[in-house]
Amino acid sequence: MDYLYAFLVGGGICVIGQILIDKTKMTSARILVLFVVVGCILGGLGIYQPLVDFAGAGATVPLPGFGNTLAKGVMYEVDQNGLIGALTGGFKASAAGITSAIVFAFLAALVFNPKEK
Amino acid sequence: MESSAKNKELYQDMVKKASPNSHIFKNCIKAFVVGGIICCIGQFITNYLKELGLTQNDTGIYTSSVLIFIAALMTGLGLYGKLGKFAGAGSIVPITGFSNSVASPAIEFKKEGFVTGLGAKIFIVAGPVILYGILTSVIVGIIYYFLK
Repeated sequence: MDYLYAFLVGGGICVIGQILIDKTKMTSARILVLFVVVGCILGGLGIYQPLVDFAGAGATVPLPGFGNTLAKGVMYEVDQNGLIGALTGGFKASAAGITSAIVFAFLAALVFNPKEK
Repeated sequence: MESSAKNKELYQDMVKKASPNSHIFKNCIKAFVVGGIICCIGQFITNYLKELGLTQNDTGIYTSSVLIFIAALMTGLGLYGKLGKFAGAGSIVPITGFSNSVASPAIEFKKEGFVTGLGAKIFIVAGPVILYGILTSVIVGIIYYFLK
């Protein structure tokens, strides 16, 4: 059952992105920024977490889930350490994601050469 | 003769009116299916790691890292670009799209050198995402501090 919810919610979030691309001619870079920022705001408002509880990876794998992770991390750090947590929480929560993206991208660049288009 | 030309014009007008929407609908179906499948792969990894006894927090981190690894590898093999042409937002919106947005310029600009090429351009797309994501998180944190 969790696969069905993950498929429907994850697919649904991607459809929102596709409609934005087709209707507004937004570039993919802008879509990425928009989705992370919106996810972070929804996470801060406590609206995104119920979707995560319901759809699992369907809500965490799309980029709003990344934004939600930022919001959760920052609120956790504020709870632990006070106002300074607002500065440390975001990068702490996203450290693994950003670092793996850097490491695997660098390794890929070492191994592979650009494909002709 | 004249009427057939007129009909042709009329028909082309109709096509023009009808096709953008059916075009968008088709794109949406593709994005839905591919995005959904990527999330299901994420769910599969999550479930597998949970069975191994990892905590909720750790499964999330490992799942993201595994998906990021797969996407970086596929980008290197030139497969993610092909998937992107087919799936549009279905391959951009999941975390794998973020990974692709880092790996793709890294590979592309390697030829301009490891510092001024790869190093400078690796965040050409992901940089704005991190900038505005972190900025938003700081604002969320400050508001949360004063309201909680």
